[in-house]
Amino acid sequence: MAGMTATPRTRTATPRQPGRPLRSRPYGSVLVLLLAALYFLVPVAASLWFTVDDPGKGLTFGAYAKGLRDGGMATSLGLSVRLGLATVALGLLLMVPTMVVVTLRLPKLRRVVEVLCMVPLIMPPIALVAGVSTVLSWEDDLRTTPLWGTFQALHDKNFPLVLVLVYTVMSLPFLYRSLDGGLRAVDLKTLVEASRSLGASRPGTLCRVVVPNLRPAIVSGAVLSLAMVLGEFTVANVLGFEPFSVWMVHVGEYEAQLSVAAAMLSLLITWGLLLLLTNLAGGRNRNRNRDRDRNRTGNRRRTTV
Amino acid sequence: MTTTATTVQQATPASPGAGGVGLRLRGLRRSFGATTALDGLDLDIAPGELVALLGPSGCGKTTALRIIAGFETADTGELLIGDEDVTAVPANRRDIGMVFQSYSLFPTMTAAENVAYGLRVRKVSKAERAARAEELLELVGLPGREKHYPHQLSGGQQQRVALARALAIRPRMLLLDEPLSALDAKVRLQLREEIRRLQLELGITTVFVTHDQEEALSMADRVAVMKDGRLEQCAAPNELYERPTTPFVAEFVGTMNRLPGVVRDGGTVEVLGRRLPVHGECPGTGRTVEVLLRPEGLKVRTGTDADGEAATVRVATFLGSTTRLLLTTDSGAEAKADLPSWEADALTPGARCTLTPHEKPVLVEEAA
Ligand SMILES: Nc1ncnc2c1ncn2[C@@H]1O[C@H](COP(=O)(O)OP(=O)(O)OP(=O)(O)O)[C@@H](O)[C@H]1O
Ligand SMILES: [Mg+2]
Repeated sequence: MAGMTATPRTRTATPRQPGRPLRSRPYGSVLVLLLAALYFLVPVAASLWFTVDDPGKGLTFGAYAKGLRDGGMATSLGLSVRLGLATVALGLLLMVPTMVVVTLRLPKLRRVVEVLCMVPLIMPPIALVAGVSTVLSWEDDLRTTPLWGTFQALHDKNFPLVLVLVYTVMSLPFLYRSLDGGLRAVDLKTLVEASRSLGASRPGTLCRVVVPNLRPAIVSGAVLSLAMVLGEFTVANVLGFEPFSVWMVHVGEYEAQLSVAAAMLSLLITWGLLLLLTNLAGGRNRNRNRDRDRNRTGNRRRTTV
Repeated sequence: MTTTATTVQQATPASPGAGGVGLRLRGLRRSFGATTALDGLDLDIAPGELVALLGPSGCGKTTALRIIAGFETADTGELLIGDEDVTAVPANRRDIGMVFQSYSLFPTMTAAENVAYGLRVRKVSKAERAARAEELLELVGLPGREKHYPHQLSGGQQQRVALARALAIRPRMLLLDEPLSALDAKVRLQLREEIRRLQLELGITTVFVTHDQEEALSMADRVAVMKDGRLEQCAAPNELYERPTTPFVAEFVGTMNRLPGVVRDGGTVEVLGRRLPVHGECPGTGRTVEVLLRPEGLKVRTGTDADGEAATVRVATFLGSTTRLLLTTDSGAEAKADLPSWEADALTPGARCTLTPHEKPVLVEEAA
């Protein structure tokens, strides 16, 4: 403030003064960052301590070694990752064209799509899974029809398609929110018309103009959905499948240390995956996208997490 | 506030056929629910001509342009580019360059990539694309900006790139929908002169939508004034200004006085103590009418005499070479008059004077 009220002459005498308010600002952000970091890191550090501290014997990495040697962990983690990727792929395939068409052609349906996509958020997973169980229980009645094979495939223990379907429904809110933010950040109608007038076909416009402009939104939706699938427990457990989260709980019943060590490992792996996805978003104009995210879609996205 | 003084008379008006095709709109009609955006629009545009579509907000200018571009379809009517009926041709096969009102550059592409986009779609080789993008960016006055992203360019620069992008595909025709309305006054002036220069250089048929009459009058070969989805008049700027065919055009383009008059025999009207021939529609003899007169079409003499009508100066605004007077006649009518500043010295507020019209045909409208 002092710098602002100073006369021009005093300002030239101490040229650094006008910069002061700017420089003092980061302290506030650093404080907030520190608090947030504490909030996240203390539990992680405590868990870490729990896994490596063997009372009486001191430091040991036995739990990690065991986790890595255990076949169950690799299998369940692999299943989770595959389920996550399949869910993201199916969800995007469903939502990107839908949202683009709604934005360009049927803006009146936007509210309807929004409400539909938000339903999974307010419906408890246990209710969803009750419905799914009921449908799956029809299997015996269908034994003589061609549908039976489909039902078998749906709950194949190695890759339960039914989970992909349920998870896709559960990821709709995340995809909707992200894509909606991305679509509002650009004037898609004008961009599409510009592309068309320059001679591009509709599919060409989708690939060259629409998707690149939505890339940050697509990635953010994918990241959120993936994180959701990797942590999902209720549905998988009730339907009797064993992805990573379910395996972890099962193991935790008799080997607490191994279970927490697995959680630590999964944290690392999940972070790695998310980092990879986020980097995929980049391409050569990552800086620009990052700017735009911060300015426009950032706020909206944060509230959905 | 605008006058024809700003019209740039070209030594060589658009060289017809140099690089463009003609365009014909026949009875275009388009409604959106209850609103009729276009109500039978007819317009002929010659090859290489720049026509400005001018009209108040909501009169259907954008709709007309979007129908030409193929983003919108007319309910009825015909659209011919050259001799080809393009009504059924999709937008991406019309070969029409378009510059939009809002910034429409692809944000994920650099300036050069934006300009080259149409060529990439046409599978032109990479080297050729780069060369053409460079050439076009130079043409629109942005050399060396190839690698800039749209968010690194100012609004004026973005519109220049958009123009380069539209021209890169060597379109048959160029459509501009208020391309300058988002820019500040100085850039707008500069860019409109450049657009005109480029258009003449390339001889490309151009439709330019604007609601700024000064822009329309100064750039266009002909100005098409629209009202309620229909064409009111399409004429060269000076003709439009000097000989408007309808009261709407007369008042929309430039400034107009409405002074009371009475229709006399032989298609004349009596106004300010003179008899003037009526041009256009004329009500029956003896009817009271409003006579449309330009501010520069009024003569003002210091002092009062029998010829003309006595008036009092209310306000005198110095505008440089001319001075605008706001006057009240003794019969109570208000009038604006423009006269050379050196003649207006004595005409300060409160001064008495006499008003007479120039002897020219005038438009009249029956008093409401
Ligand atoms: N997609 C649409 N849906 C509904 N009504 C529309 C649509 N496009 C245009 N209209 C209506 O048609 C009329 C003409 O619109 P248009 O955009 O062509 O006007 P304009 O002359 O370009 O006006 P402006 O100078 O404000 O841009 C307006 O009344 C507008 O509300
Ligand atoms: Mg418009």
